[in-house]
Formats: sequence, C-alpha cells, structure tokens
Amino acid sequence: MGRTLAEKVWDDHVVRRADGEPDLLYIDLHLVHEVTSPQAFDGLRETGRPVRRPDLTLATEDHNIPTIDVDMPIADPISRAQVEALRKNCADFGIRLYSLGNREQGIVHVVGPQLGLTQPGMTVVCGDSHTSTHGAFGALAFGIGTSEVEHVLATQALPLKPFKTMAITVDGELPAGVTAKDIILAVIARIGTGGGQGYVLEYRGSAIRSLSMEGRMTICNMSIEAGARAGMVAPDETTFAYLEGRDHAPRGEEWKRALDYWRTLGTDPDAEFDAEVVIDASTLSPYVTWGTNPGQGLSLSSVVPDPSDAADDVERVAIERALEYMDLVPGTPLREIPIDTVFIGSCTNGRIEDLRAAAEVMKGRTVKDGMRVLVVPGSARVRLQAESEGLDAVFLDAGAEWRGAGCSMCLAMNPDKLAPGERSASTSNRNFEGRQGPGGRTHLVSPAVAAATAVAGHLASPEDLGA
Amino acid sequence: MEAFVRHAGTAAPLRRSNVDTDQIIPAEYLKRITRHGFEDGLFAQWRKDPDFVLNRDEHQGVSILIAGPDFGTGSSREHAVWALQNYGFRVVISSRFADIFRGNSGKGGLLTALVDQSAVERLWDLVEARPDTVVTVDLEHRTITAGDITVDFDVDDYVRWRLMEGLDDIGLTLQHADAITRFESERPEYKPTVV
Repeated sequence: MGRTLAEKVWDDHVVRRADGEPDLLYIDLHLVHEVTSPQAFDGLRETGRPVRRPDLTLATEDHNIPTIDVDMPIADPISRAQVEALRKNCADFGIRLYSLGNREQGIVHVVGPQLGLTQPGMTVVCGDSHTSTHGAFGALAFGIGTSEVEHVLATQALPLKPFKTMAITVDGELPAGVTAKDIILAVIARIGTGGGQGYVLEYRGSAIRSLSMEGRMTICNMSIEAGARAGMVAPDETTFAYLEGRDHAPRGEEWKRALDYWRTLGTDPDAEFDAEVVIDASTLSPYVTWGTNPGQGLSLSSVVPDPSDAADDVERVAIERALEYMDLVPGTPLREIPIDTVFIGSCTNGRIEDLRAAAEVMKGRTVKDGMRVLVVPGSARVRLQAESEGLDAVFLDAGAEWRGAGCSMCLAMNPDKLAPGERSASTSNRNFEGRQGPGGRTHLVSPAVAAATAVAGHLASPEDLGA
Repeated sequence: MEAFVRHAGTAAPLRRSNVDTDQIIPAEYLKRITRHGFEDGLFAQWRKDPDFVLNRDEHQGVSILIAGPDFGTGSSREHAVWALQNYGFRVVISSRFADIFRGNSGKGGLLTALVDQSAVERLWDLVEARPDTVVTVDLEHRTITAGDITVDFDVDDYVRWRLMEGLDDIGLTLQHADAITRFESERPEYKPTVV
C-alpha cells in the first residue's frame, strides 16, 4: 500500500525503531526563542551536556520584545532578563541568534521560511505550538515543550509515537474575498478544537493548490488550533518557486538532487488516511470567531449563536461561558459587533502578502475615529519589503500604527496588549480568554476583514465598505 | 525525576471544557527563567473570582484536578505543567487532553489520566458532594478509586514505564548516540544548515 506525505517524511527520519518503544526521530531544524528555552539550557548546564548540532539550531527574539522604541533597552525588567538569558545561552552554546535590531530578526515561523531554511521533507521543531506553520512546505513540523527542547539540543533527536493521518480536502473555487484564513477558521469550526488530536492534517484539493506559500503557511499555522500537532501541504511548483534562490536553499546540482527527492514526497494515490474531511470551497465565506476558542467561528453573515441550540450540556455550558466573557447576546448579527482595536500581524498573518491584502483595503480610506490599529510585520525583512512597496505609507495615512517586527499583540507578553473590556479584530490565531490582555476580547479574522473592520468600526468585510 | 507509582489525595472538580494553556498560566507569567515559582500564575484570571473552585475552603490542599474535555489545548508552554505541579497537583483527570500538554506532562512527572466523560461526571459529583474524599490514582494498575467509584484510566505504556521508573528521557536517547551518528553520516548534503 502507498504512503502519505507525513508517513514518508517520518520514515525518512527514523534513527531507531524497536518494539514497544517510540521511534527515535532525527530533527533537521530546531528553532529557538526566548520564552521556552531558558530552562532547557539550564538543564544542559546541570548535566554537562553540549548542544549536539548548533549548525541545525537557530534562535530569534520575538515573544517578549517591544515593537516600538526597539533601539532602547527593553523596559520590562523581567522581559529584558529573559531576552538577555537567550543571548547568553546562544553565546555560551554557539547558537546563531537574530537579535532585536538585526535585519533577520522576526517571529521564528516567519524567519525560517523566508531564509529558505524550511524545506520539503524536513523535520522541524520549536518550543512553540505554531511550528505547524512550516508544514506548508511539506515538512513535518510540530511544537514541543521545554523538556523536549532540551532533548533536541542534547541529541538532535526525539522519541515519538507515530501520528495518525487526516486528509482535509478543500476542492473547488474559492469565492472572491475568501482567503486562507477563512478556510482554516472554517475547518476548525467544522472539526472542533479537539478534532485533530493525535493527527497530522494534510491539506489537499484544488483550493489548497491554488494558494500561495503565504496562504498555505496561514492554514498549516492554525492546525494546532484544531488540536493537531502538525499540518502539511505536499510540495509542488509553487513551493519550489518560493524556495529557489533563497539564502539557505540548495544550489546547482544540489538543487536538482533536492528537487528529485521533493517530487517523490506527495501522498501516493493508493495511500489511505485514518480520517478524511471534505470541504466544498465554493460554499465558504469570510469567517470570524465569536467565542473564546478558535473552533467557535461562523460566517461573518451569521448571528451570535444561542446556547439553547447546543448539541449537549458540555457545549451549552461552553457557549454560555463564552458569551458571558465576550459580552455578546444571542441573535446579534456578527456584523453589528463594535470593535475598538485591530491587530494585523502574527505568525499566522504577518507576512508580506497579508500586509498587501490589508493595505489594498485601507488604501485611500481612514480608520474609524477612536480605533487603535496596529500593523506589525512578522519580520524585519517583511517590514523592509513592505516599506519598499509603500505599504507603510498606506497604513500611516489611514491612521494605523506601523510597528517593528515581533509577536506583539498576539499574546500579551510584551507592551502591546488589550485593556480589560477592549474588543479586537485580530489576524492572530487564538481568541482564548485574556490571550491579548487580561479581560480583553478577541475576534479572529483575516487581514482583509481586519482592515475593513478598522475602517467600518464594526466587524466587516471589504465589500461592506462600498466604493 | 521522582518515580510515580501511586498517589492518594483530595481532588478539585474543574467543570470546564477547553481549558487552554493560556488559562492554566497566562503569558505574562512566562517570563521567569527557572522551573519553579509558577504557582502564582496558575489559573491566574479565574482565581480572581472568590468562588473559583481552587479558592473554596473545602478544596484547599488538593493534589488531583478533575477537568472537562480538551484540557491543555493551545500553546506548547511547559510552564502549564510546572504551574500545576508547583501548586501541588500530581494528577490531572480528563476525558481528552491536548497532545503537546500531555507530552509535556509525561516529561515532567505530572500524570494525565484519561477516562470517559461519564467517569469524569461521576467523580465531579462525588468530590463536590464530599470534598474530603480521598482519590487514589494507581499507575501500576491504571485505576482511579474514590468512594465506591473504581475506574480504569488510559495512559501510554511507554510513558507509564518511564514515570514508574522515574527515568531521564534524554539519558535514554543518548544510549543510542551511535545510531544518531550513523544516521547523520547518511543525511543528504542538500539538507540546510543555519550557518
């Protein structure tokens, strides 16, 4: 029987296989950031273990750092200590680090792909659940905890039990205005936050094939929000065109050999998945979340759900709690929900294509009075690229703020946060209670919907803005 | 790591589903660079409510958490495991755990006992009615006993063995350093390095 993409990549990385034990899997690339690594480095010091492959390990500063006044010392002393710990750890153990101020600095999941470090058929890990992003290249990429970070630093391998495989097939033509973010929000709403638990998701079908690498990264990024460790897209000409010529992509004969291998990775026609979900792309529309987990999403044209319509008690209580936290009344049209803050950025939607989509909507328009709009590029390179295209001027002219690269308001670990009671439309990945700041309320949206919302003052799609 | 064979203690009923790791410990508490002291951040937002289960007199000194489905979703932060352990928890019981959280728990010695939702409901009802009930979690026999309730729980065989032996995961892998070296010698040259 044939094998799936995930199974092929897995099989090609098995260092050791024994009955009754997990497979020992080799890790091709280990990405590191300041939040989940300090205790791992301390563990190495305590046991006297070196980093086995510094040349396969790359660190960047992203979670804690400010996105304004980046030339100043970090104001919060605890954040500063954590960033300084990373700098010391990388110096002590010989790991390359892209610090704040370096032109390669940025969110770890934006930096890897743009450097060409993320390639088809690789295993990629990071102490960050959104490592699933890198699966867009046909890599097997997943988030790990700090103990596993230490494990990979020391051994460049991880003991793992094989995942199950799930095909998510999105066939048909996407209606105008429907983006990768809308696809993944619809997928999560369909299968739920636990639906992908234990699986690697493989996104397939003509609608996925038609997406750019940026769009595929947005989709794979949020696989974890469906409970899956990893999401993947088989590499194709779009992938190869994106990679060719990038800093760390193979060149010359190596490129040809790599291409030959990459072309073998796609799921075999006779391979079987453990589960399958099929979505008709033509039925999709812009999606937004109304609740406090990413599975609580609906089409923008819907109304706030009623707990009494819930399938069971667990769901009913979950809806009631979410509506209470979000301060929403059942039956309210989602388009009528007023918004005071818009965040455009994150490892989900902080790439150049995302900024272009937002700028296209904001161009020649003005954000609503009193609206705070943060536009935060995912990396310093994305920032420079956007500036070379004049996108910064579009955002600034519209009344938005143009920031430096980082995780910013995705997770309330740096100065960019919601105040209690504030309500955002956010292109990030999590609408958990307090995720963007204690007491803050989050609606997850695409960059186009975020930009339209910034102008309209309530949840809106670009068509709502008129000419 | 301290070996885990059997644990007996009182339990707190957390009647919520989809308890994500941002709720278990919000990001603002993740800035410490040690593995201890995270108990102050555990369920930080919810603990502001005096009625929250961990604030109630009858649930002080608990060491077992009984939670709704999809416990530990979201961020991979292992600080969630440390916060639970620093607070005093040795076991979390749920009908569904997020993968990364469960993996992290196994590494750190926090037992995640998987049972049916119906068993969770019975345990909730019992410890709410009689908060001083001693709940015994027996990893060797994979059973949870409380009052007249006895249920089997599910745990990965390999994780169970490691927990019961208290073994260092990295040390186990390093026993196979030769196999890793052999694998490395056969990696294709087109694979990238960061330098």
